[in-house]
Amino acid sequence: MNLLLLLGAPLLTAVAVLLCRNKQQVRWIALAGSFVQLLFALGLLVTFRAERSAGEAAQMLFEQNFPLIDALNIHFHIGVDGISVSMILLTALVVTAGVLVSWNIEKMTKEFYFLLILLALGAYGFFISLNLFVLFFFLEISVVPKYLLIGIWGSGKKEYSANKLVLMLMMGSGLIIVGMLGLYFSGGHDFDIMNLAAAQIPSDRQNLIFPFMFLGFGVFTALFPLHTWVPDGHSSAPTAGSMFLAGISMKLGGYGCLRIAVYLLPEGAKEYANIIIVLSSIAILYGAFVTMMQKDLKYINAYSSVSHVGFSLLAIGMLTQTAITGALMQMISHGLMTALFFAVIGMIYDRTHTRMVDEMGGLMKVMPFITTVLFLVGLCSLGLPGLSGFVAEMTVFVGSWENDTVFHRVATIAAAMSIVVTAVYILRAIGKTAMGPVTNTEHLQLKDACWNEKMAAIILLAGILSIGLAPGWLNELLTPGAEIIVNRIAGK
Amino acid sequence: MNELLLLMKNELMVTAIIFLLLFIKVGKGMSNDRLLPLVQTLLLANLVLGCFFNQEGSLFGNMYHTTPLIALQKSILGLGVYLISLVCSDWLKKTEHLAEFFLLMLSALLGMYLLISGGNLLIFYLSLELATIPVAAMANFDLDKKRSSEGAMKLILSSAFSSGILLFGISLIYGITGTISFSELPQLADGSSLFIMAFIFLFSALAFKLSIVPFHLWTADVYEGAPVPVTAFLSVVSKGAVAFVLMTVLYKVFQPIESTWYLLVVILSVASMLIGNLFAVRQQNIKRFLAFSSIAQVGFILVGVSSGDIGSSTAVVYFVLVYLFSNLAAFGVATVIAAYSGKENINDYKGLYQTNPFLSWVMALALFSLAGIPPTAGFFGKLFLLTAGGSKGSYIYLLIAALNMIISLYYYLRVVRAMFMDKNETPVPAIQTGASAKLGLIICGIGIVLTGMMGWIYDYIQSLH
Repeated sequence: MNLLLLLGAPLLTAVAVLLCRNKQQVRWIALAGSFVQLLFALGLLVTFRAERSAGEAAQMLFEQNFPLIDALNIHFHIGVDGISVSMILLTALVVTAGVLVSWNIEKMTKEFYFLLILLALGAYGFFISLNLFVLFFFLEISVVPKYLLIGIWGSGKKEYSANKLVLMLMMGSGLIIVGMLGLYFSGGHDFDIMNLAAAQIPSDRQNLIFPFMFLGFGVFTALFPLHTWVPDGHSSAPTAGSMFLAGISMKLGGYGCLRIAVYLLPEGAKEYANIIIVLSSIAILYGAFVTMMQKDLKYINAYSSVSHVGFSLLAIGMLTQTAITGALMQMISHGLMTALFFAVIGMIYDRTHTRMVDEMGGLMKVMPFITTVLFLVGLCSLGLPGLSGFVAEMTVFVGSWENDTVFHRVATIAAAMSIVVTAVYILRAIGKTAMGPVTNTEHLQLKDACWNEKMAAIILLAGILSIGLAPGWLNELLTPGAEIIVNRIAGK
Repeated sequence: MNELLLLMKNELMVTAIIFLLLFIKVGKGMSNDRLLPLVQTLLLANLVLGCFFNQEGSLFGNMYHTTPLIALQKSILGLGVYLISLVCSDWLKKTEHLAEFFLLMLSALLGMYLLISGGNLLIFYLSLELATIPVAAMANFDLDKKRSSEGAMKLILSSAFSSGILLFGISLIYGITGTISFSELPQLADGSSLFIMAFIFLFSALAFKLSIVPFHLWTADVYEGAPVPVTAFLSVVSKGAVAFVLMTVLYKVFQPIESTWYLLVVILSVASMLIGNLFAVRQQNIKRFLAFSSIAQVGFILVGVSSGDIGSSTAVVYFVLVYLFSNLAAFGVATVIAAYSGKENINDYKGLYQTNPFLSWVMALALFSLAGIPPTAGFFGKLFLLTAGGSKGSYIYLLIAALNMIISLYYYLRVVRAMFMDKNETPVPAIQTGASAKLGLIICGIGIVLTGMMGWIYDYIQSLH
């Protein structure tokens, strides 16, 4: 399958959206475009599996390589492995759901969908690029639309949040630029990820560059203590914006940490692994405890995201194959789960006009569909077997336990304990909003989900359930990629 | 004779336009509505002509020297002047002395052409003066505004001061080496402390023109007082020319003391980026804002200049091209708004998107490009500069430059926020932008989007070396 389709589809959709004359057209074209993207992503999954089962053993499939700038040896090099395929699938699912839940946006509809699709373009490009320069280009593309999405369509202290988010992400980019140039000059004037992986970079140089890369991508994925943009950004953003931020944007960082920092700089990763473990354990526990104190549903999900993303960073720090597979599973599972969570919160907010847990109650009687989804996603968040959260967290813990030093064991136990806290805040929040008598009589008039919201929820739930009930396919996709990374760390 | 015509065709063409304008002025004169399109056409012809028949050669005993790369640099400056004549046409049409305005601007351009091509310190000094004095007269063009005169006064006084320093430096160099020719100087340079002092004098004159910190103090006042087209010319064309000649001076003439100037360039570039950025954060007037942002941009150009190889020269030429599109787009929008509503403050831009979506998008695109956000060309320009600067392997320097991009993003976003997010009871009313201003803005916009995407431009510049 030609990977350029994944860039062409959003690009065409964005242009078509700009040419539309009225809001209804914009919505339908954006939806059609995102469905085409979803089809391409599914098609990619099918053809990728077919190629692999036909015995195609190359690390990257569907590669394409065009020279962009000869003088600096920059090539437009794209290709996918199992990790990228699963990330692309995640992106397509979240974007489609995002387009669906934003159906009722009346303010500057055209611009809204244009920016949303631009974000998707950035994410697809990021996941398929095999050249640092191109990868960074696409990473940056998805920064500024977030600023506008939050600043124009957001709620609460939106300008503050938008500024904070975009400046912190830019700080991450600044660090990445330095790391990228460090790699370029250490790896023989080349930005190509595959060539850099083959190049022999001296380990003192790796130790120098690794922090830049890991911290840079760490900002995107809410590495403690660089996570402070997450709560404000997520809670101020419009629903689709939050879905994208938590569902995809944070995964850009995680993917970058793994694919660029750890894969290209294995010696650096070994050097700093313990620091990563300490930071992510703090993030996990701190995120969980802070979430307990939150009253706003969006803040609850935002802080719990910090905690959940901490699991994947923890697993990256563990550097075993199972753990890294778990890290990737956690990214995908968290992406779907948190996007759905934000979608549901958005649906509730649209109806009740509040996100405060205390001001709601008994919503189960009023809108059974929405609250059922809320329950499912909450249970996924706290790791109920049968849903994706359990599979991912289990893999992370098993992988972490494979390291037999006291330090690693303590970190694993500490991280595992956070699940109890998760259960407390999730059950409390959901119980208060959904169960009991209807506290606010005005809420009795509210309607349940309409078609677009149902469809969005079903799309994301399908992803969560398919991982939760049959994790084998995802494991098959992710393990070979994780194995290559771990082999590099082991020096094979 | 043929060789003279061919090698000096840019200069001769500009001289011809100057004389033509002079004849029109002393003759019957022309209304602005007819004169402006004429000048625009001539400038376009100059630009197109500059792209052909470029070869390497020297004239007048190496006093004048040109290569295809220098011809390209001249074309870039010519493009800048052409775009200014387009995007600022709404303001230009209203001015009383249009012919004089272009006379002065083209004289300055002629000075810049000679500056880039100059082969010894005498031509260097003369053409630098020719490139400066007309600008001071232009800065005074808002005749009924006090601020305009004040700015012009500041510019001419500090120019005179810097010229004095430059002359002193040149005389020292001549005293040490006994030559003023660029081609002989590198062999005779002895690297003594007196020579380094002479170099610093010469460098500070160029730093003054580029408004590198600490030689930047005139910038904000002059930019604010001068009419927007003059500010645009000062910040884009003038700076571009001096950046080009700075590279010639550093890489060729002062090559023997590279370790000295490397340190100097690094320190000054860090200072320019930091101070330019930090001062830009607090500005309210859009012209002062762009003045400080341009100081920071020059600091960024110095990052590329610092390493001194082919890559850095390519990156700087590329960046000047990109910077020209971006800054002229920003100034273009500012001048359209100033010409129709007289408003120049960032607060006046609040709610602009509701009334003028086209202008807002162009402005946003320009600011994103200045901030280095993809997919605009500014992203590529800045990254290439950093790549060039990184070849010396100083990661701290790169980190400072990269972190400065964040500060700059903060204040560029202030304007974006004002235009797109803030509410305003009385926004700037919908403006009917003139056709040629619109054309200019569209060219700038296309330049911003496409220059980055077309990687062969960079390869082309590199191939000219």
